[in-house]
Amino acid sequence: MLRFVVRRLALLVPILLGLSILLFLWVRALPGGPAEALLGERATPEAVERVRRLYGLDRPWYEQYFTWVGNLLRGDLGVSTRTQHPVLEELLRTFPATMELALTAMIFAVGVGIPLGYFAARRHGSWLDHLSVAGSLFGITIPVFFLGYMLKFVFAEKLGILPTDGRQDPLLDVVHPTGFYVLDGLVSGNLEAFADAFQHLILPGIALGTIPLAIVVRITRASVLDVLHEDYVRTAEAKGLKPATIRGRHVLRNAMLPIITIIGLQVGLLLGGAVLTETVFAFPGFGKFIADSIMARDYAVLQGFILFTAVVFVLVNLLVDIAYGLIDPRVRVA
Amino acid sequence: MTTPPQSFLELRDLRIHFPTEDGLVKSVDGLSFKLDRGKTLGIVGESGSGKSVTSLGILGLHKGGGAKISGEIWLDGEELVTADQDHVRTLRGKKMAMIFQDPLSSMHPYYSVGAQIIEAYRIHHKVSKAVARKHAIDLLGRVGIPQPDKRVDDYPHQFSGGMRQRAMIAMSLSCDPELLIADEPTTALDVTVQAQILDLMTDLQREFNSALIIITHDLGVVAELSDDILVMYGGKCIEYGSAEDIFYRPEHPYTWGLLGSMPRLDREPTERLLPIKGTPPSLINVPSGCAFNPRCTFTDRTEGRSTSEVPELAETEGGHLVRCHMSREERRSIWDNEIKPMMEST
Ligand SMILES: Nc1ncnc2c1ncn2[C@@H]1O[C@H](COP(=O)(O)OP(=O)(O)OP(=O)(O)O)[C@@H](O)[C@H]1O
Ligand SMILES: [Mg+2]
Repeated sequence: MLRFVVRRLALLVPILLGLSILLFLWVRALPGGPAEALLGERATPEAVERVRRLYGLDRPWYEQYFTWVGNLLRGDLGVSTRTQHPVLEELLRTFPATMELALTAMIFAVGVGIPLGYFAARRHGSWLDHLSVAGSLFGITIPVFFLGYMLKFVFAEKLGILPTDGRQDPLLDVVHPTGFYVLDGLVSGNLEAFADAFQHLILPGIALGTIPLAIVVRITRASVLDVLHEDYVRTAEAKGLKPATIRGRHVLRNAMLPIITIIGLQVGLLLGGAVLTETVFAFPGFGKFIADSIMARDYAVLQGFILFTAVVFVLVNLLVDIAYGLIDPRVRVA
Repeated sequence: MTTPPQSFLELRDLRIHFPTEDGLVKSVDGLSFKLDRGKTLGIVGESGSGKSVTSLGILGLHKGGGAKISGEIWLDGEELVTADQDHVRTLRGKKMAMIFQDPLSSMHPYYSVGAQIIEAYRIHHKVSKAVARKHAIDLLGRVGIPQPDKRVDDYPHQFSGGMRQRAMIAMSLSCDPELLIADEPTTALDVTVQAQILDLMTDLQREFNSALIIITHDLGVVAELSDDILVMYGGKCIEYGSAEDIFYRPEHPYTWGLLGSMPRLDREPTERLLPIKGTPPSLINVPSGCAFNPRCTFTDRTEGRSTSEVPELAETEGGHLVRCHMSREERRSIWDNEIKPMMEST
């Protein structure tokens, strides 16, 4: 197992190397550049050239790349041309926000999706089954921003039971030692801040979690249906096991593999794909920050943030593979 | 309800039908037989004749697909069809156990062989894991697994086919069942392993004095082991008798076909003496009259009743039952003068 993990981590090196070069070329291929974005449309060519020289953008791209990689290895991700803050600082500020949001969405998707898919499979052909199939199709097709605005309109504006936007009520007096606001409320013993941060997560969490929810329902239903008809489930019945034990020990455990795979893929997508949700709920997160940085051609931010997303994505899927090995002994040997 | 029978196991007019989109599948259609402790019954029939459905039905595992079940299953004085299913569950594994057809897919891929035996044992015995583990190692040793104390932690995919079948037997025997049903226990195995496994099962049966049902499509497998043999065709019993009756005095044309198509050591395996022409009957649109009539070579000797009238399962002599329109004399004369000489001459 350890060798497997080391091998996979070693594989990360060429992946990140290749990705970073592609990324580097891609941001430079965007029309315009940071200087033009900063100075606006009416800037003189001289002014643009001055700014380009200031950020070293006048040098050949591979020189810029080696400088960037050298700095990266020392933990320096550069400075944002848009905010003038170090990229690392921006990352540490926005990533916890999106991580919190993505986790909320995932807990929603998994917490509702697995039971729903499971009961749909157990009552195969019942109204619950049909409802879950139709509902999940609806969940996949509904546009996220539309759902987001609807949720906001109904629960925040009309009913007024949940906050409309942001991560925290600005009037609260709070400290943020970790950057994860829910966690911050807990560690600083400020339960009001904890509850407030949590309430701010509910609506965007549901908006962001609806597509993963629909996918988890479908995958769970399909894999439980598969496993229910396996011969070894009949063997378990023939032993005289209680139905509840059979479901827990023999059915769900086997149905878990495809579900875990999907969860792994979704977590990666949620990190990058939270832009729309973050925009609707004015949630100061990672996705929104990347979108703004694209507009500003903020090379350093784009490179750092996207590379970081890739690392997280690969790590999450490494965890998925480890989970595979823990669950299925046939994978462990191979 | 009728009175409980004297026999340890008795089926009375058991019917298991599956409603499907194409129609009602009559997998088991009016099956009756008796079996005492210490005795072995062989159930023989082609693929799809309802052998597995019968055995699953006895264990109460036929539910899948919304099966309709009627008739009576008496096990040691208890009727199981109408019994509380939760009670039937407590009998499974302990009072009655089953060895399944395909040991690879019938064992759970994620649990070690030992864990699966331990699980089976601990359902019915409130003992610690350590005690159950010792029992599992013991059982694996008894069924002939080498180094059972090491192999107990292996997973099913690490076992060979023969060893998996042995492990499956060990699992079924873990609670000393009084009724053991073996569904084609040796189909996937080569001939020497087949013989070993069959010997093993009869040894264990003798030891526990349990009732044993061996299901197979190969008469050769049950020839030496069975006290009685039941020949199934299209969900019905078409001939039933002692092993001697079936081998020396068979009276149904289908049984003659089975005997004739038995692989024999002195012949090439592909060369069959009396192949049964045609294919097994549909269980939805059962041929009218005798279900075997489209494949029978003797329909001209039934005075035309073959396609119009369903033959009764009738006693021909001393517990030997046959479902055929021909008269007893006719059948015996065909066997003595036409079939038997042909089988002996080659
Ligand atoms: N759940 C079900 N729904 C519908 N039909 C079924 C179901 N289970 C079994 N059958 C049908 O019942 C018939 C008998 O099946 P069974 O498995 O008992 O055959 P078998 O005699 O064991 O054959 P084999 O030698 O191939 O194992 C088959 O035609 C099968 O298609
Ligand atoms: Mg079968």
